[in-house]
Amino acid sequence: MTAEILVECAHITCAYDSTVAVHDAHVTIHRGDFVGIVGPSGSGKTTLLKAVLGAVKPVEGHVTKKPGLRMGYVPQVESVDWNFPVTVLEVVAMTRTTGRFFPRISPAERAEALEVLERLGLGGLEGRHIRELSGGQQQRVFVARALFHRPELLVLDEPTSGVDVRTRHEVLHLLADLHDDGVSIVLTTHDLNGLAAHLPRLVCINTSVIADGAPIDVLNSDVLEKTYGAPMEVLIHGGMPIVLDNGGDNLARRLGEIGEAGK
Amino acid sequence: MIAGILDPYRYDFFTNGILVATIAGALCGLLGVFVVLRGLSYIGHGLSHSVFGGAAASAVMGLNYFVGAGIWGVTSGIIIGRIARRRLIGADAAIGVVTTASFALGLALLNRYGQAKKSIEAVLFGSVLGVETVDIIAVSVVAILTAVLVFGLYRHLLFATFDPEVAQVSGIKVSWVEALLMGMLSLTILVTMRVIGTLLISALLVIPASVARMLTNSFSRMLWISPLVGATSAFIGMNLAYHLDTSASATIILVGTLMFIVVYAVSGLRGRSRIAHIHHV
Repeated sequence: MTAEILVECAHITCAYDSTVAVHDAHVTIHRGDFVGIVGPSGSGKTTLLKAVLGAVKPVEGHVTKKPGLRMGYVPQVESVDWNFPVTVLEVVAMTRTTGRFFPRISPAERAEALEVLERLGLGGLEGRHIRELSGGQQQRVFVARALFHRPELLVLDEPTSGVDVRTRHEVLHLLADLHDDGVSIVLTTHDLNGLAAHLPRLVCINTSVIADGAPIDVLNSDVLEKTYGAPMEVLIHGGMPIVLDNGGDNLARRLGEIGEAGK
Repeated sequence: MIAGILDPYRYDFFTNGILVATIAGALCGLLGVFVVLRGLSYIGHGLSHSVFGGAAASAVMGLNYFVGAGIWGVTSGIIIGRIARRRLIGADAAIGVVTTASFALGLALLNRYGQAKKSIEAVLFGSVLGVETVDIIAVSVVAILTAVLVFGLYRHLLFATFDPEVAQVSGIKVSWVEALLMGMLSLTILVTMRVIGTLLISALLVIPASVARMLTNSFSRMLWISPLVGATSAFIGMNLAYHLDTSASATIILVGTLMFIVVYAVSGLRGRSRIAHIHHV
């Protein structure tokens, strides 16, 4: 039996003024999916993500959502103003605006927020300012804010961008736990080996959708060259694809030649 | 000594003045939180200058001040928005062009048809000791309205200020929230300009919120600390101005600035001692 469709982007084209960011993309998100959208900078990843969220309206095609679908959005942490005066608890509670008219966080809300924070390993940090946290904790605060919205679909923009290896592992394990708990997930990433290769499903995009499937099927030289416009090799190690960047090899060779000439 | 301190309260012009200045301090302090956190300090300054054009035009044309200056302020805001939206020049440049042009036009009108020097002084420093009943009512009504809106829509305002993109995706009409804030700011400038002047408006929109920001890392606490700082500096400033025989607006600004310096120094020392503590762990 096919899983319930949460969001369907039916042959959508999105544009900013006269610049087409996404062309004729057809992507369907089912309940239980864990999907990564990959592609080079300016390939339309974030635009596709925003179309899923409903923040960008397609100029052609249409986006259909399951009626009453609850979504949680985690933006890039790089876009956050870390000097803004908010505590962890205030960040988590700010999303619940319906029927809440005063600054006070009700005891029920507080208990619920603390439960979410505890679940994400942030117990005891609710009174801290967001700048006082580590990189992994900061990322988790924004995941907690999205989870406080009780989402069926969690949407993350570059969740491991600009974070160290340890934080990346923390974020990946957290997302895997949430997926195990029944939350469907869509994310964008530049990180092919560290993140994308571990996901059950990838959408490769370069304005148009180049490929959509399991990493083992879509992470191959042909698809990657079409997606990134540069030659890439793929090794299979332990059943998992590992992408090798040939451009880097060439650069190393050139720099080696320069080093030799210098001697 | 107490009799000396209470001496100015014998005069109606002083009690009216200190009442309006204190309410205006709290009002500007409350809105100042959003002005400072959104990086809009220049807009507060610019709009207050822009409204001067409307005030001058309404004086020359014999129109009611609130009507003329109000229409002028809203029109300036719309023109600034339109110029900025074309993205050829930034919003700061658009504010600079529109508000200075508006101020210059007001000045030219008064040069030609009125008493420019007197009016400019009134606009810059206001006439807090010449407060009329209508001013007390206007400032009080706007202060109550603003407090109700800020506390009533607290989470919408917080979310849209902290993270407008996610707020939009989460169903908050961010453009409405921004329009509401600009409307409240324009109204505040409109009702306080004649009383406390543009210089004091700009100062009260920025200084109390900056002091509050240094005192707390919590948005909700900032929303009560900042009005308290604004009201306190206005209250102390008015009393000092009477006893020192100095300009009320200038003294209020100086009291606020003194509070800023003290808090800045103390928070700097606290920060350094925290760092020293970390080094000694």
